[in-house]
Amino acid sequence: MYQFNVYRIGPEIKLGSVDLSFTNASLFMVISSLAILIIFNLGAKKKTLIPDKLQLLSELSYSFVAKMISDTAGSKAKPYFSFIFSLFMFVLFCNMFGMIPYAFTVTSHIIVTFVLAAFIFIGVTIIGFMKHGLGYLKLFVPSGVPMVLLPLIVVIEIISYLSRPISLSVRLFANMMAGHTMMKVFGGFVISLGIVGGWLPLSFSVALTGLEILVAFLQAYVFAILTCIYLNDALNLHH
Amino acid sequence: MLKKIVILLFVTCFACFNSVFAAESGGMPQLNPEFWISQIFWLIITFGILFIVLTKVILPKISDNLETRKSQILENIETADKQKEESQKKIDEYEKIILDSKLKAKSYFNEAREKILDDINKKRAALEKDLDEEISEVEKELSDLKQKSGEKINKIAAETSAELIKELIGEEVNSSSIAAIVEDQSKINRERKDV
Repeated sequence: MYQFNVYRIGPEIKLGSVDLSFTNASLFMVISSLAILIIFNLGAKKKTLIPDKLQLLSELSYSFVAKMISDTAGSKAKPYFSFIFSLFMFVLFCNMFGMIPYAFTVTSHIIVTFVLAAFIFIGVTIIGFMKHGLGYLKLFVPSGVPMVLLPLIVVIEIISYLSRPISLSVRLFANMMAGHTMMKVFGGFVISLGIVGGWLPLSFSVALTGLEILVAFLQAYVFAILTCIYLNDALNLHH
Repeated sequence: MLKKIVILLFVTCFACFNSVFAAESGGMPQLNPEFWISQIFWLIITFGILFIVLTKVILPKISDNLETRKSQILENIETADKQKEESQKKIDEYEKIILDSKLKAKSYFNEAREKILDDINKKRAALEKDLDEEISEVEKELSDLKQKSGEKINKIAAETSAELIKELIGEEVNSSSIAAIVEDQSKINRERKDV
């Protein structure tokens, strides 16, 4: 599990007793953010009627995320577009950079995904209470449920609501970690079976690489779309 | 044989698996809280900067680009529609002009034809009139001549018969009676001819 190890790069930075050192995880966060900024800045620079490749890429991503948000959360979610766009791109780029050999996968660490998910959870809850006041609690009381079942349903709803950040973060973290671990296992098989028997796990490994790239995109998409769905619950309260 | 191979494969796989994870110790690095605070700190910084720059600088540009493109395309479509309308108008005008000139040409042609026909009719009428006059004149002359020739023949016949009678009987006969006889005879002749 060496690929998931976090280690310090450069000097130790300490704020009191808290260790804030720059690590390889931080390095790949910076690389992903910089890559996003550079690509989209280049894509947004020119104002041509017929876009070039980078411009097309950035505009397609823009309309892709915009469509995703308007489809799942409606027009009320427009002010949160830039946040969901940043989130989607950050997770996507971290996942994709993780696919490069010897790179570190930021999203394969539960703490990173959990902080993102917890931030989304807290933000969505605050938005919900700000928009609807205490009426937001109606989210836990679905309409059309018989009175007898209501206490049970409310408890289940509350548990499911509170487990949102956990499910959101664990989904991304587990997918990334499992994929990378599986690739490592098959890679290890290639080495130990050698030139005679190593071809089968090698072909598996190649296929898994393609699958992992798909998963990297898909998990970023799922992360963003679940955020949109939670936002939709907070903005348009009709459970 | 096959069973043996499968079992061997399993054993090797297991051995490999063990060797792969033999070096690992202390479980998943993800659950080691040593660098958690650092990761959270750097995540907030990088994601924060990313979010702010995207929100303030890049995304407005992209949406601006998209908007301008949209409006430009709409504008272009509008102008294209306008030009299409104009060209349709021009085509209509052109067709009208062609139709008008065709009608004009037709009317000119008709006028010319009527004029010519009129002319022809007039000339023909004049010619016919002339011809009629001439014919009637000639007929008159002819009838005159006929009448005169009958009288002359009668006169000549009377003179000849008077001279013949003078020669034959040596006596002069009253010329008027001879003339009357000749007249009678010629009448009879004429009647015979008519019959």
